[in-house]
Amino acid sequence: MLPVIFVMPIIQLIILVNAATFEMKNIKLCIVDQDLSTYSRNLSSKFEGSPYFVIEKRTFSAKEAIKYIDRGVITAAIVIPKGFEKKIVRNEKNIKIQVLVDAINGTNAGVSQAYIVSILQDYNKQILSKLLPANSPGNGIETSRRFWYNPELNYKTFMVPGILVLLITIISFILSGMNIVREKEMGTIEQINVTPIKKYQFIAGKLIPFWIIGLFELAFGLTIGKLLFDIPLVGNLGLVFGFAAIYLIVLLALGLLVSTIVNTQQQAMFISFFFMVVFILMSGLFTGIENMPEWAQIADKVNPLAYFIEVMRMILLKGSGISDILYQLFAIIIFAVIMIWLAVWRYKKIS
Amino acid sequence: MKKFIGFVKKEYYHIIRDPRTLFVLIAMPIAQILLFGYVITNEIKNASIGILDHSNDEITKQISSKILSSGYFKLDASINSEQEIHEAFRKGKIKEVIVFEPHFSEKLKKEGTAKIQIIADASDPNIANLLTNYTEAIIRNYSNSITTQNTQISLITPEVRMLYNSELKGAYLFVPGIIAMLLMLISALMTSISITREKELGTMEVLLASPLNPFTVIAGKVTPYLMLSFIDACLILLTGYFVFNVPVNGSIILLLAECLLFIFMALSLGILISTATKSQQAAMLISLVALMLPTILLSGFIFPVENMPLILQYLCKIMPPKYFINIVRTIMLKGGNLSTLWSDTLILAGMSIFFILVSVRKYKIRLE
Repeated sequence: MLPVIFVMPIIQLIILVNAATFEMKNIKLCIVDQDLSTYSRNLSSKFEGSPYFVIEKRTFSAKEAIKYIDRGVITAAIVIPKGFEKKIVRNEKNIKIQVLVDAINGTNAGVSQAYIVSILQDYNKQILSKLLPANSPGNGIETSRRFWYNPELNYKTFMVPGILVLLITIISFILSGMNIVREKEMGTIEQINVTPIKKYQFIAGKLIPFWIIGLFELAFGLTIGKLLFDIPLVGNLGLVFGFAAIYLIVLLALGLLVSTIVNTQQQAMFISFFFMVVFILMSGLFTGIENMPEWAQIADKVNPLAYFIEVMRMILLKGSGISDILYQLFAIIIFAVIMIWLAVWRYKKIS
Repeated sequence: MKKFIGFVKKEYYHIIRDPRTLFVLIAMPIAQILLFGYVITNEIKNASIGILDHSNDEITKQISSKILSSGYFKLDASINSEQEIHEAFRKGKIKEVIVFEPHFSEKLKKEGTAKIQIIADASDPNIANLLTNYTEAIIRNYSNSITTQNTQISLITPEVRMLYNSELKGAYLFVPGIIAMLLMLISALMTSISITREKELGTMEVLLASPLNPFTVIAGKVTPYLMLSFIDACLILLTGYFVFNVPVNGSIILLLAECLLFIFMALSLGILISTATKSQQAAMLISLVALMLPTILLSGFIFPVENMPLILQYLCKIMPPKYFINIVRTIMLKGGNLSTLWSDTLILAGMSIFFILVSVRKYKIRLE
């Protein structure tokens, strides 16, 4: 158990935080410049200058570019057709550029396309300002961006709080459930059943160590997060631990509930794993809840992970106070009451 | 052979007479496909934004309505001053605020420039980046269009072709991933636990003392899981095909053969883990950390390998699921055949042989 408690958070934080990223940098691009003119070169230099793209290949035929995509060498290709410059100078209508995107990863393809289109629009603007007198209406709208709470758009500070939740969830949920089933499977639970120990005493005795371990894990994980990833920790840490304490009760009760339904550790693990995967995927850890379909958002109202992840991010990154998280707090307290009642009711001291 | 069949039957009853596990075995692939298909998406729809319009004139109204009609955004009208932005962000009510400076269209006409500030809640940097990108694109599109209205100048438009997946369906990406994950789960995790279970309960002793050859015991233990994994793989392929129209463009026989190869690899890994551990808990934790985590994270299943730091990219190279997922994707979506996949297939085969050899060496016929 000890190595699990100490090694797992470190491995999880380091690998998960680095691997779990939707941040798109270095999209591998192939430029097919069939025009080889000043204008086409200007356009391709726009892509070279963008932090989102790396020019992996250059060729003259679109067919070859598709072959590269086939083999997975590049993710997108831009085909600048012959006569591109002429058309611009002659001011023809409908000047087209072909953009080829490997769309197996639909989300990534959408993002790549958005970046490409945005560079093209920028280029359009440049051409317009070159061809037009300076004070034309509309051309002077300037936009500036501000990124609050995370000006450098560091994806890691976003992932660390969520992954910490994952960590203490796995420890408290799976291990607590399995621990009781283990006694069942080995037959030692009968020995406990014949002792004068009371039902609630046994449950409390089994679960309190995991509750403490869970809170300890959180503290340990936060320390690693601060030291290794420099996450901001803006808000009140007391609030984080307070919320975590209630959250852990929900999870431990859930673990206990699972242990009352199953007979072997294999079953316990399998069932916990099933629910864990569903909870995690729907929790908003990787993809935002607000992008999910409505039924999923409604289903998420009973997903304790979703609340805790949201609260962790709000408190740690934005410094939200207790008044900002009242709703989530109430929800988790209601969960705790229901789960304890359910688990204790299901748990019988007779096997 | 008769002994072997008898043993397989015993193991088969173990599984089939446990309705809870069986339920999860059938429900898991279907639930996961549905979750990934409908829920896991980064596509932005109706993100709540605030608009702080200090000018409130013709042009700002036009820009606002362009932004709101794009389908990406939904107006949350409650923002009236800069001070309120912080509070709204902290409550998590809105993701972005667009601020128009005072006298916007006047300035634009007289001075030729006017400013729009886009403030995003970057506690989720990915969403913040996407939202600001979309907003900027809409504004630039607007400004380009009013410029071209008055003149004859035309603009360059992109003609985008999405290869292999023209509707940008998520299913194309995750169906291969879910196959890999479930095969790993059933083959490696379940076998390792079921073998250590016999050890932990002491029944392994009985089996070893029986006239059964120890290798028959192991083979008998893994055979039912092999069949189960195979059934699950087919179930996923069918659900993917009928619910999400994920095609199998390449040879289906090759695809199933590659699945078998991967199952074989996962089973040998499971045996290896079981020879190295004594308790089910240990087997489970090792399997979770050493198998599930890499299968989900380091295989390109959800997160593209090329976005990761270099060290992790190298780590991905020794993860069997990465090769398998690549094989499945190539066969299903790109219609590839063995001539493009021979190297990946060889690597998988090599890995299975390696795991088998190591576990045979580590396998103890006698008890300590």
